[in-house]
Amino acid sequence: MSARETSEAVARGRPLSPHMSIYKMSRYCLLSSILNRGTGLILSAGLLLLVYWLVSVAEGERAYAAALAVLSSVPLEIAYALLLAAFSYHLVAGVRHLIWDTGHGLSRMQSRRSAFWVFAASIVIAIALIAWAFIPAAGAR
Amino acid sequence: MSWRSALGRAEGHGSAQDGVGHWWLQRLTSVALIVLGVWLTVSLLALQAHDYLAVAGWIRTGWTAPVLIAFVVVGAWHSQLGVRVVVEDYVHELGPKTLTLALVTFAHVAVAAVGVYAVLKVALGSPL
Repeated sequence: MSARETSEAVARGRPLSPHMSIYKMSRYCLLSSILNRGTGLILSAGLLLLVYWLVSVAEGERAYAAALAVLSSVPLEIAYALLLAAFSYHLVAGVRHLIWDTGHGLSRMQSRRSAFWVFAASIVIAIALIAWAFIPAAGAR
Repeated sequence: MSWRSALGRAEGHGSAQDGVGHWWLQRLTSVALIVLGVWLTVSLLALQAHDYLAVAGWIRTGWTAPVLIAFVVVGAWHSQLGVRVVVEDYVHELGPKTLTLALVTFAHVAVAAVGVYAVLKVALGSPL
């Protein structure tokens, strides 16, 4: 609801539902929510990168070689690490949302605890995926 | 002819039954993306080489192309639903909001269409 809509509703004496601003979220829960959004947006950008890669393959060998030079540059190598970390977080945090949707884990204490576990699990998964991607021996089993 | 007002006629019919449409689609696509996202991540990390033959060969192997197409479509769909909420939270004026949401949707459809076309072209093209 925009500020203008809010003030109009107040002026007409209409009831207002409680706004986000009156709730006090714990710091961890707030961080976990912001991170879910942020990582989602990063993954949306990642989809663009994926499609760019697929198109370069579709355009044939020469176009792919040119794209590969871009795709294996240092900034994009960093982007892959960021994407893997974002995927790890968004995956685990998404599962937390799906559990919430069943009506479980919604109390203040539970959600604070699950925020911690989301951070812990996603950091472990992120480290594992990034190690697989960047340490040659980790992938060659 | 009825003497009832337009508002009176419209009221009292209950909900249109599609109020949870966005919420439900976001959940549905997220469940699908658990499987598709893990599959794509593991597949990409497991690629032994990144030259043209290795990558095009992977896309042409077995069920890669249809699952990849599913990822691109469902991924773009989930992304559109998510970005939509972000826009709704930060762009409040009706005009700019409508325009931004339209552009976001067009962009996602375009990305999905191009991605699907690219996968099909590789998968169905002449032998490597």
